[in-house]
Amino acid sequence: MTTHAAAQPPPHSGCSPAGTLSIAISGSGGAGVMTVGELLLDAAARAGLYGRMGRTFGPQIRGGEAAALLRLSSTPIEGVGDAYDLLVALDWGNIDRFADEIPLSPDSQVLFDDKAGEVPPVVVASGANCRGLPLSETARAVRGGRPNLVVLGLLAGALDLPAALVREAVRARFGERSVETALAVLELGLATEPPLSRPLSPSRAAGVRWNVSGNQAAGLGALRGGIRFVAAYPITPATDLLEWLAEELPAADGDLVQAEDELAAVNMCIGASFGGVPSLTATSGPGLALMLEAIGLSVASETPIVVVDVMRGGPSTGIPTKSEQTDLDIAVNGLHGEAPHLVLAPLGVADCLFTTQWSVELAEALQAPAIVLSDQSLAQSRLIVDEPPTRSSPATRRCAESPGADYRRYAITDDGVSPMAIPGTPGGMYVADGLTHDVRGRPSSRSADHRAQLDKRRDKLTGFDFGAAWGEVDGDGAAAVITWGSSTAAVREAVDRLRAAGCAVRCIALRLISPLPIDALRGALAGVERAVVVEHNHSGQLHRLLRANADWPCPLTAWHRPGPLPLRPGELVAALSEALDARPNREETPA
Amino acid sequence: MSETLTARDYKSDVHPVWCPGCGDFGILNALTKALAARQQPPERVALISGIGCSSRLPAYMTPYGFHGVHGRVLPMATGLAVARPDLTVIAMGGDGDGFSIGGNHFMHACRRNVNMVYLVMDNAVYGMTKGQASPTTQTDWTGSKLTPTGTHMPAFRPLEIALASGCAFVAREFSGNPNGLAQRIVEALDYPGFTFIQVLSPCITYRPEQMGYKKIVHEDFEPTSIRTEAMARLLDDDGMTTGLLFRAPPAPWQGDPAPEAHRAPERALVVGGGA
Repeated sequence: MTTHAAAQPPPHSGCSPAGTLSIAISGSGGAGVMTVGELLLDAAARAGLYGRMGRTFGPQIRGGEAAALLRLSSTPIEGVGDAYDLLVALDWGNIDRFADEIPLSPDSQVLFDDKAGEVPPVVVASGANCRGLPLSETARAVRGGRPNLVVLGLLAGALDLPAALVREAVRARFGERSVETALAVLELGLATEPPLSRPLSPSRAAGVRWNVSGNQAAGLGALRGGIRFVAAYPITPATDLLEWLAEELPAADGDLVQAEDELAAVNMCIGASFGGVPSLTATSGPGLALMLEAIGLSVASETPIVVVDVMRGGPSTGIPTKSEQTDLDIAVNGLHGEAPHLVLAPLGVADCLFTTQWSVELAEALQAPAIVLSDQSLAQSRLIVDEPPTRSSPATRRCAESPGADYRRYAITDDGVSPMAIPGTPGGMYVADGLTHDVRGRPSSRSADHRAQLDKRRDKLTGFDFGAAWGEVDGDGAAAVITWGSSTAAVREAVDRLRAAGCAVRCIALRLISPLPIDALRGALAGVERAVVVEHNHSGQLHRLLRANADWPCPLTAWHRPGPLPLRPGELVAALSEALDARPNREETPA
Repeated sequence: MSETLTARDYKSDVHPVWCPGCGDFGILNALTKALAARQQPPERVALISGIGCSSRLPAYMTPYGFHGVHGRVLPMATGLAVARPDLTVIAMGGDGDGFSIGGNHFMHACRRNVNMVYLVMDNAVYGMTKGQASPTTQTDWTGSKLTPTGTHMPAFRPLEIALASGCAFVAREFSGNPNGLAQRIVEALDYPGFTFIQVLSPCITYRPEQMGYKKIVHEDFEPTSIRTEAMARLLDDDGMTTGLLFRAPPAPWQGDPAPEAHRAPERALVVGGGA
C-alpha cells in the first residue's frame, strides 16, 4: 500500500527560513501586479539577490484577478516557500480564490490600498497583521500615475534595495512615452517610510546571472542542441516556448511553421527531420495525446524528433494554467505497439536548458523520438540563476555519407543505430515506413524481419551509455527520497531541513525516465534500507513505473499529491519524516 | 554530363500490391514520365504518402520516400519542403486519406502554399479496407456493408474546397490518360507553390463501374487565373471534366526572414543586460 497525502496540504509552519522572503502581490486585471512583480525581481537581481516569480490568474482571458508570487533569497533557490511573509493587495478583487495559493499565517504582513474597502474575512481569518496604506492616493499626485509603482518603491524600501538599481529596472522596462511617469510614481514610493523592514543580504558572488523562465531555458536548449525546424500549435502552458523560438529561429537560419493542429505539428517535425534537419514541437497533455500515433511512426521509421510536453493539470482540458506531473504514464507507455523511445524530465527551471539540449542530442544520436516532461511550474516561473555552463553539443546524427548499391537503411549494427541517408544524397534512396520493414526499408510481415527490427530499436536505447546525467544524487544514509522533474525543488529543500535536524537522507532526482536507468538507480540505492518516491500527481506514476520494471534493493513507498497547488517543502518534511521513519519492509507486510 | 534518365530509371523493383487493372498504375507511369521529362535526379526527389492503396506508391519508385501515417501526408510533406526547399517534394495519397482523415490538412496546405505537388488518386472508395464509402463517394452508393443504404451525405467536392481555401493551382486529370497527366505533373512541378491535382483513378475491384470512366471523362477545363471564374465553372460541373482549372500568379510560402540585426538570445536573459 502507499501513503497518500491528504486532499489539502497541511498548514504551513510559520514564516520563511532566514535569508528568504516570500511576497505575493495581488490585484484585479489591469492593476499591474505582474509588472510590479517582474520589476521587483529584476531590481532584486540587480542588487545581488536570487529569487523566483510565479504567476497565478483567474480563468478570464483578459482582466480578472491575478497575483505575482515572489520569493527572494540571499542564496540560490529553486522552489516556492511554505507561506507568504508579505501580501500586498492593490485591491481585494476575488482574493478568496487565492486563499489556498497564498497561504498566510499570524506571522504574515498584509498591506492593502486603504481605498480597497474592508479586509475580507479569509484574510482576517489567517491572523495576519493587516495594514491599510494610501497607495492610490499617493499615485494620484502624478498625472497618469498608478499605485503599482508606489508599491514597487515601498517594497524596495522594505528590502533595502538600492534606489538606483530600482530605477534602472524601471528604465529597462518602460518605453519612452511612459517611463517618466513611472519613475515619478516610483520616487513617491521610495520617499515613503517603508511600513516594514525585511532586508536580505545580497550574494557577494561575482559572475553573470540570468533571469530566465523554464520555457525560455528549454527554447535555448533546443537551439543549442541544433534544432532548426519547429512546428507549433498553441496550447497553454507551452505557447510561450514556441513564441520564443519563433523569434530566435530565423536568426539561426531555422524555420517555424504554425500548424493547423497537433497532428500536423508532429508530422511536420518528422518530415523535416527526414530531410536531415533536427526538429522539435512543444505541447501540453491534450496535444501530446494527439501526437502519439506519429511518435510511434518516429520510432518505427527511426526519424528523430523532440516533443516538449509542458504538463498541466489533467485529464482532459483539466487545469490549463496550473502544474501537475500528470503525463509520465502516457509519455512512457502511451504509444501503440512496442515502441522504445526517450523520456526525460528537467530537474528545475534552469535545467530545462540542459535537459532539452541533451534530449536533442540523444534523439539525434539514437534516431528516436524524445519526450521532454517539463511542466507549468517550471515553464512559466522566472528564476534568478547563475549563468548555466555552456556545453558543446555533439548532436550528431549518424548519416550515410556515400551509400552504394548495397545501402541498407535499417541495417542491423552492433549498437542498433544505422547510418541514415539524407534526401539529396546520391545512392541512398530509401522509403521510410511505418510498416514493419526489412533492413532496406521494404515492407515486410516476415517474423524474422519483425523480430530483428524490434530488437534493434530496443537495444539501441538500452545499450546506450547515458553517463552521469541520468539523474542527480546527493547525500548518504539508509533513507532515500526518489523524485523527478519539478518536484525536485521542494524535495531538496525538505531534505535540507531534515539534514539540518540531524537526519541523514539521500536524495535521488531522475532526469532520464525512459529507458529507465535501472542499474544506475540500483547503484544510487546501495546501502539504502527504505526509500520514498515523491511526485506531484494523484496516482504515483513514477512509483508504479519503478515497481513494474525492476526489483530494487529496498522497499519503495510512495508519497504524491496532485496539483494545482505546488508541493511545498514544509509538507514534505512532515511526509518524509513519517515515510522514512517507517520500519524496513513495513510496506511489504501482508495485511 | 550524366546519361539521360528515362521513366524506367524511376521505377523500383518492388512489385505493387495493387490489383491488375488498378488506375494507380497509370499514375505511377505518369509520375515516372514527368520526372524523366524534367531529368530530375532521383536523389533530389522525395515522394511522401499517407496510408491506403495509392499511398503504397513511393515504394514502387527509386527516389527518396516516406510512407507515413493515415491522413498526415501533407503535414509531413510541408515539414520536409520548408526545411529542405532544395528538394522536389511530391505528396500523394487517396481520397480517404486526403479528404476524410486528412481533410483539415488539405485546406490548410492550400492556404499555406508551400512548394509541393499534391496528387490525390481518387477512386471514391476505401480499397485497402475492402470497399467502404469515402468522402467522394456518391450519396446513393450502397455497395458497402458499412453504409448499406447509402452515405446520406453529399459527395465532397475537392476542387471547390481547394479554390475556397486559396489553392493556387487546381487541376483534375484521369489515370487512363497517363501522358496528359504526366504533362500536368510537369506543369505543377514547374509552378512555385502548392499544386493540387485530383486524379480520377478507377478501382476495378470495389467500384467496377468506374471502368466506364474513360467513356465519360472530357477535357473541357479552360485555365483561368480568376478564382471566381473557376468557382463558377465548377457550379454545374459533372466531376468528370479534366484539365487545368485554375492557376494564380505565383506567391509561394515564405518563412520569417532572418532579421538584419539580432543579438544572441542569451544576452536578453542576463540580469542588467536589458538596460
